[in-house]
Amino acid sequence: MRAVDYDKYLRAAHVPHIWCPGCGHGIALKTMVRAVDTMGWEKNDVCMVSGIGCSGRAPGYVDFNSLHTTHGRAIAFASGIKLANNNLNVVVVTGDGDGVAIGGNHLIHAARRNLDITVLLWNNTIYGMTGGQVSPTTPLGCKATTAPFGNYEHSFNIAELVAAAGGNFIARGTVHNPIQLEKLMVQAFSKRGFSFVEVMSPCPTAFGRRNKLKSAPAMMQDLKDRSIPIAKALKMEPDDLDGKIVTGVLLDRDKQEYTDIYRNLVANLRGA
Amino acid sequence: MDTDAHVGPVLMTGNEAVAHAAMKAGLGFFAGYPITPSTEIAETLSAMLPRAGGVFIQMEDEIAAMSAIIGGSLAGAKTLTATSGPGFSLKQEAIGYACLTEVPCVIVNVMRGGPSTGLPTLPAQGDVMQARWGTHGDHPVVAYCPERVEEAYLLTLKCFEVAERLRTPVMLLMDEIVGHVTERVIFPVKGAFEVTSNRETTLSPEDYRPYGYDQQLPPPLVPFGKGYRYHVSGLMHDETGFPSSDTANGDRELRWLMSKVENNREMVIDVELVNMEDADIMLFAYGASARSAKGAMRLAREEGLKVGLFRPRSIWPFAYDELKAAAQGVKAIISIEMNLGQLTNEVKLAVEGQVPVVPFFKVGGEPVLPAEILETIRGV
Repeated sequence: MRAVDYDKYLRAAHVPHIWCPGCGHGIALKTMVRAVDTMGWEKNDVCMVSGIGCSGRAPGYVDFNSLHTTHGRAIAFASGIKLANNNLNVVVVTGDGDGVAIGGNHLIHAARRNLDITVLLWNNTIYGMTGGQVSPTTPLGCKATTAPFGNYEHSFNIAELVAAAGGNFIARGTVHNPIQLEKLMVQAFSKRGFSFVEVMSPCPTAFGRRNKLKSAPAMMQDLKDRSIPIAKALKMEPDDLDGKIVTGVLLDRDKQEYTDIYRNLVANLRGA
Repeated sequence: MDTDAHVGPVLMTGNEAVAHAAMKAGLGFFAGYPITPSTEIAETLSAMLPRAGGVFIQMEDEIAAMSAIIGGSLAGAKTLTATSGPGFSLKQEAIGYACLTEVPCVIVNVMRGGPSTGLPTLPAQGDVMQARWGTHGDHPVVAYCPERVEEAYLLTLKCFEVAERLRTPVMLLMDEIVGHVTERVIFPVKGAFEVTSNRETTLSPEDYRPYGYDQQLPPPLVPFGKGYRYHVSGLMHDETGFPSSDTANGDRELRWLMSKVENNREMVIDVELVNMEDADIMLFAYGASARSAKGAMRLAREEGLKVGLFRPRSIWPFAYDELKAAAQGVKAIISIEMNLGQLTNEVKLAVEGQVPVVPFFKVGGEPVLPAEILETIRGV
């Protein structure tokens, strides 16, 4: 791996982070920092926005313009920031509860607008911060504090949701494979338009210990065992993909970007 | 659009006046969601803002609109949203976020009958207490209420000024009558109008703190992207903006938020007194009801009844001291509201039982009529 000066990006006074031992979010954060470094973005030009939950703490640890918002609304706040200052590289860090339960509306509409922001959804399939309640991505049958007999709801395929809504770039990776994950984040950051990376991240504390994955290594192994590269998945039957994590670039297209459309409108109106 | 073209006289609704005033104040960003009876504000700005190089966006919901104007403000724009009762309810959590994070923005609530869907096309003053206590926790609130179209324009300018200087969300509570009535207006503000900006600092990024809890006014809020890279969080935070669970800090921060408005009452409080010099009876009224109150006052004076009016243009913070002073020597106060007594309790609080407060409350969607008030005056 390429050497990165992490001290340049981390706020020394505000680490170590609050995440539990075995949590995947630290790897997700490190990978994000590496991707930003690869992009060569000036720190002053990066704005990191989060909502509430374990993922919500991420912006506080990194030396960018950082905003920790209300539950579910990070994308709406980020939309305001991007529209008011188009020069900022705006990155949203959200989770499965924050991003597709309480905040689902903002995700689909930012994707529909194809607004030039990147959303990193750190999916640990549980409400971790509040102690392990069932989330929209908790697999069917898995246990949670609010699903003591097993989850009786189907879970979301978030990537399909964002694809249908209209995002320009959609990818999925896991913290078990940070090398691939970094590449996906760099691709997302490079993309003009709405880009989305789902990051599968283990939560041994709130999910694993109730679901026969008691240790962090067991959860990592599980991520590895269930991961299937998209190229391979495309040759498999849908039924065989049940419970699998399809990784890689899932969608890459070039719809016109929102602020570009708006800027053209303004230029035409003003006769520029 | 050249807003000076509308210096006047022109015919305009209150909603249109708000849009024009916002442009005059330097509005750079509007995010909203369609809702009766405020929609014309969004419609007007959807034509004005792109022409002026600003940003207009219709968001997916009310919460998103409120969140977006906070984000836009942090990125340096003067921002506005407009809504009505149900939308105002939805915005409350984000309004509290703007209070705690001290992000300036302006919220217009064109009040309609409630609760729930209520009477969407009919006037009411039912959101006065929601404006004060709608979001959870102790928090400061500044809110203005215009009685006519020209005043809607002037108070909108005032909203932007106070929001910027106090770094807090400021509300314009306008009843549906003022929002929708078309009036001849001569705007008294000619030429450029400059809202006092509080976005630049002479401090270096190392020395800059986005918050300060022991000054008369908050420090400047330097926009994101200017090299200051500070943190903003809805958690209790210290002067650096980073979360702090220190209880002493939490106490200090909350008291600062409240005192920030209290210590600047002279900037914020705005009341009108009419015929109070010799008044035996004081009418208390605000918004469109105050115009009916003025009509009733004229009729009563013709009958030889010594009636005056106390009209707060600033609803919050409530003008307790000003009202108490004005009520010295009056025999009774008639409190006129298009709700069931939301501000009347504050009136009672202000006079501390020294003056009887007679209620005149009208709900259901009919405006208050001068003749009805006159009848109450005669009965006092």
